[in-house]
Amino acid sequence: MYKYILNRIIMMIPVLLGVSLVVFSMIYIAPGDPARIILGESASEEAVQELKDEMGLNDSFVKQYLRYVKNIVTKGDLGTSYITRRSVTTEIMDRWPKTMLLASMSVALATLIGIPTGIISATRQYSIFDNLAMVLALVGVSMPNFWQGLVLIIVFSVHFALLPASGFYGPIYWILPVVTIGTSLAATITRMTRSSMLEVIRQDYITTARSKGNKENVVIMKHALKNALIPIITVIGLQLGRGLGGAILTESIFSIPGIGKLMVDSIKARNYPVVQGGVLFIAIAFSLINLFVDILYAFVDPRIKSLYSRKKIRKNKEVCHE
Amino acid sequence: MSKDSKRKRGQFKEAWIRLKRNKAAMFGLFVIIMLFIMAVFAPFISPYGYDEQHLKMANLLPSWRHLMGTDNFGRDIFSRIIYGSRVSLQVGFIAVGIGVLIGGTLGSISAYYGGIVDNVIMRFIDTLLAIPGTLLAISIAAALGPGLTNAMIAVGVGTVPTYARVVRASVLTVKEQEFIEAARCIGVKDYKIIVKHILPNAMAPLIVQATLGVAGAILSAAALSFIGLGIQPPTPEWGAMLSAGRVYIRDYWHIVTFPGVTIMVTIFSLNLFGDGLRDALDPRLKR
Repeated sequence: MYKYILNRIIMMIPVLLGVSLVVFSMIYIAPGDPARIILGESASEEAVQELKDEMGLNDSFVKQYLRYVKNIVTKGDLGTSYITRRSVTTEIMDRWPKTMLLASMSVALATLIGIPTGIISATRQYSIFDNLAMVLALVGVSMPNFWQGLVLIIVFSVHFALLPASGFYGPIYWILPVVTIGTSLAATITRMTRSSMLEVIRQDYITTARSKGNKENVVIMKHALKNALIPIITVIGLQLGRGLGGAILTESIFSIPGIGKLMVDSIKARNYPVVQGGVLFIAIAFSLINLFVDILYAFVDPRIKSLYSRKKIRKNKEVCHE
Repeated sequence: MSKDSKRKRGQFKEAWIRLKRNKAAMFGLFVIIMLFIMAVFAPFISPYGYDEQHLKMANLLPSWRHLMGTDNFGRDIFSRIIYGSRVSLQVGFIAVGIGVLIGGTLGSISAYYGGIVDNVIMRFIDTLLAIPGTLLAISIAAALGPGLTNAMIAVGVGTVPTYARVVRASVLTVKEQEFIEAARCIGVKDYKIIVKHILPNAMAPLIVQATLGVAGAILSAAALSFIGLGIQPPTPEWGAMLSAGRVYIRDYWHIVTFPGVTIMVTIFSLNLFGDGLRDALDPRLKR
């Protein structure tokens, strides 16, 4: 098992190299000349060329990419912002905690709502609770995230003047953005929990568990939920990514000084080093989350755990030939 | 072969019969068909052109002349929503199509073969998955430049990892079951096992995810437009209309309300239909 985890951490290196390559090439082919962006439209052609030489933009793609990776690995340097002239790493680190807080609170809220609702819905399929929960979940996923944010601002900030509409200074400021992101994530988790539970509940071993005289609670929580968890965990892991993605727009709407707002502003200003750095940074964070999810699989499902520890055995073929 | 296809037709016919009994799904299907009709016959249905500006009549509240009011350029919002259905439906379905096709194939191959194949594919997926969907779409769109086609590609590729993971996860559980082992023992070829035995049984999560995915695709496209990377004005797209109207939301509620409600109704219907389809296609529901 530990070998597996170590293996996965080593495996992360090529993935992150891949991400850096993807991100780097995307920005490389992006329209607009960085030197021109820094110096402005009125600068002379010579000045632009000079700056390009200085920044190494005339080097080959491979050379530029290797330099980029080398700077990240050796110095943790993601480049310099075209606009503020500050290090991208510092810019991101200043804002990261807010974004992460926003995303994880949203996912926590979503999980707290989603899993219990999904379980009750599945166990009482087609009851009033189930129908109501499913309609609400549908409304939740059907509502555009940033529209919901705007509607919440109108209702709670403008109309009732209960909650602040912008900023991120304390818990009271967190409510609207977290609800905005959290509710739509909750809807997805609820639906996945319900559909996964419904699949499992119909299996024979659930009937067996019931016929052994187990209490219904035990059957649902110990036998059914445990087996239904894999797709649910996958989805929750993915929701954290969606939460980070959702934070991009939500931060803009609620004027939260996190990475999302930084990136939106940078995309508008073609401040590419910040965009590059931001994507790469979120990718690293998200990879760690994915690793965590994969390890969780093993704890939830012994079949997968055994698959991890004895990979080389092709048991199916052996069984067939017996 | 003929016997096989006959059985298959029966299976879908039965699914359709079950689907017809599901009123919610039928309602969803009805709305989706209406939306398609709206999109196809937009020039005949809409009372005004989508880019017809009457600055003197800007920001009008809904009335009999302008059912959903007018926007800040005095354009009829109802007409723009009708034309917008063309763009939004196109983006939603094509993007998800790209995602399901690429992601589903990669996911099932990866889970079925395991080992090195699984490792290589999943590391590639991890590379994409390491960037959250919206962010990936934004990065791709930032690189490709704005426009409808680029938005579809960006959103579609952005959803690939999700489908690959979901399909892989469900195939992993299905392939451990006895009937797959049985099929393998009697010598059924790999691709046939995947397509005929594993995928139909692993379909439910994919359908749920794909119906939600159309919602996500339309929203991602809206997000792109919001940052100025998606569909460009004056082409009407619901998401772009929302973001254009957001400046006026405190004074003119109708400008953002109707596009928002339209998106909601569209996605809601897609979801109702997708759910019904899942229940209808699930052979284990047969009693």
